[in-house]
Amino acid sequence: MRLGLVLSEVGQGLRRNLSMVVSVVLVTFISLTFVGTAILLQSQITQMKTYWYDRAQVAVYLCTEYTTAGSCDQQAATDDQIAVVEAQLESETLAPFIDAYYFEDQEQAYANFQDQFEGNAIAALVTPDLLPEAFWVNLIDPEQSQILTDALAGLAGVESVVDQRSYLDQIFAILNSASLTAVGIAALMLVAAALLIATTIRLSAFSRRRELGIMRLVGASNRFIQTPFVLEGVVAAIIGSVLAGGAVVAIVHFFVQGYLTQTLPGTSFVTVDDALLVVPVLLLAGGLLAAVASNVAISRYLRV
Amino acid sequence: MIRFDEVTKVYRGNARPALNAVDLEILAGEFVFLVGASGSGKSSFLRLVLKEERPSSGAIHVLGQDLGRISSRKVPYFRRNLGVVFQDFRLLPNKTVFDNVAFSLQVIGKSKGFIHEAVPDALATVGLDGKGGRYPHELSGGEQQRVAIARAVVNKPSILLADEPTGNLDPTTSDGIMTLLQRINANGTTVIMATHDVGIVDRLQRRVVELVNGRIIRDERGGSYTQAVPLVQQQSFGSAEATR
Ligand SMILES: Nc1ncnc2c1ncn2[C@@H]1O[C@H](COP(=O)(O)OP(=O)(O)OP(=O)(O)O)[C@@H](O)[C@H]1O
Ligand SMILES: [Mg+2]
Repeated sequence: MRLGLVLSEVGQGLRRNLSMVVSVVLVTFISLTFVGTAILLQSQITQMKTYWYDRAQVAVYLCTEYTTAGSCDQQAATDDQIAVVEAQLESETLAPFIDAYYFEDQEQAYANFQDQFEGNAIAALVTPDLLPEAFWVNLIDPEQSQILTDALAGLAGVESVVDQRSYLDQIFAILNSASLTAVGIAALMLVAAALLIATTIRLSAFSRRRELGIMRLVGASNRFIQTPFVLEGVVAAIIGSVLAGGAVVAIVHFFVQGYLTQTLPGTSFVTVDDALLVVPVLLLAGGLLAAVASNVAISRYLRV
Repeated sequence: MIRFDEVTKVYRGNARPALNAVDLEILAGEFVFLVGASGSGKSSFLRLVLKEERPSSGAIHVLGQDLGRISSRKVPYFRRNLGVVFQDFRLLPNKTVFDNVAFSLQVIGKSKGFIHEAVPDALATVGLDGKGGRYPHELSGGEQQRVAIARAVVNKPSILLADEPTGNLDPTTSDGIMTLLQRINANGTTVIMATHDVGIVDRLQRRVVELVNGRIIRDERGGSYTQAVPLVQQQSFGSAEATR
């Protein structure tokens, strides 16, 4: 009886206020889509970090005839110098930190370079003698590249010691700011959504002020008066949240899995399963936001 | 039943108090007229009883409860013991007579069964049986006020507050409403009625409380609208009434 009454009030409220309800749905839809995207972007970054950081190596570049950097003086590293570097890698001081290492000569470097820049004009300009020989080192703990730098950077015949993670950090900084931007937009949109929900509920209450006046007069409890309005806001917001959840799943399914994964094979991306985990978060956020906003909006009609 | 102790009500932005040190006790089963010029504080008095306003100072007891101590969450439950009727009826235009009366029971959580017993009862009491399916705009003013009274008494309140219930009605129709209110009073409900209607007050010879500028200047059992006043003054009241 009471439940039926409350639900029919909610239905009436939604219908009477249709254009406002539609705008609430749209604004929560867009704002929560941003929230969902931000969450997924964060988890993408975390995922890529673990993936790439694990694979990141430290390169010990050796001098070529053309380099002047480091201890090089346009003199290619000699076999003796290379042997000294290798001995260092095998030494008791460094060996405990090293998982594995291998030597890459100029021909191999050239082959890798051609692979990496296939189709790029630069590939035609490069010759093997321009590319440095290098030791590629996998550390047991990738955080400790400084030890290698300290031990090897000063050696004769070593041009530089480069931790690949420094490149990754730049990429992640860019991704991170993209994700922060999404969070910022999401926050602004959520504020707009909350205000819009409050306005909608206030309008709805205004259009029913006769009923509200009589309810208060005959002693309807605050909760009874409040509930239809709060539900009205929550229903509208939940519809928006469902749409946002659908959008997030669709983005992951069609764009990330459908496009990015094809374009960049070998990189692991967020999956539809990850997106499905975000959906309940969005529903909860939308519902909670609407409940709080409508409660605040309606409470002024309950003051005695 | 209702007790006002030194109650003063000052509205914000209005230096002159609407009620000024009002001391009054109304007993169970009484029928009280609240009379006085426009702005003398009659409606303010009724709103205080209903706890729609809180007094600026003084204490109000209604049905044994100190209104100053009722939390705002409990106010709705307190109001279920009171019925209220206004000059402008305040019916819901999109609901039938039956639904208007039923609405006040639905929103306090009464069962369907109870409603289908109580509403026809109340409609019969006010003389509207058979008109439950009408809409307010299909009724005369007197009938609309009867619906409002039915709504006010359907939950069997101990107190009925009526703020100029005959203010919009012609004398004959007003008499019908007064007969109804007296019948309700005879069944044990305390009735407090604010009014400008000289004829009604004089004819019924009930307790009269007269307010002037928020002060009680007269509290008389079996009184008239004005006390021992020259005919001239009574006429001027009457003409003031006519111009309203
Ligand atoms: N909500 C309010 N805010 C400020 N002042 C108010 C308010 N309600 C009433 N007043 C003032 O309080 C005084 C008493 O008003 P009240 O409505 O109680 O008079 P009344 O006797 O019912 O008059 P009437 O016969 O015209 O209905 C008036 O001066 C009025 O202007
Ligand atoms: Mg008044």
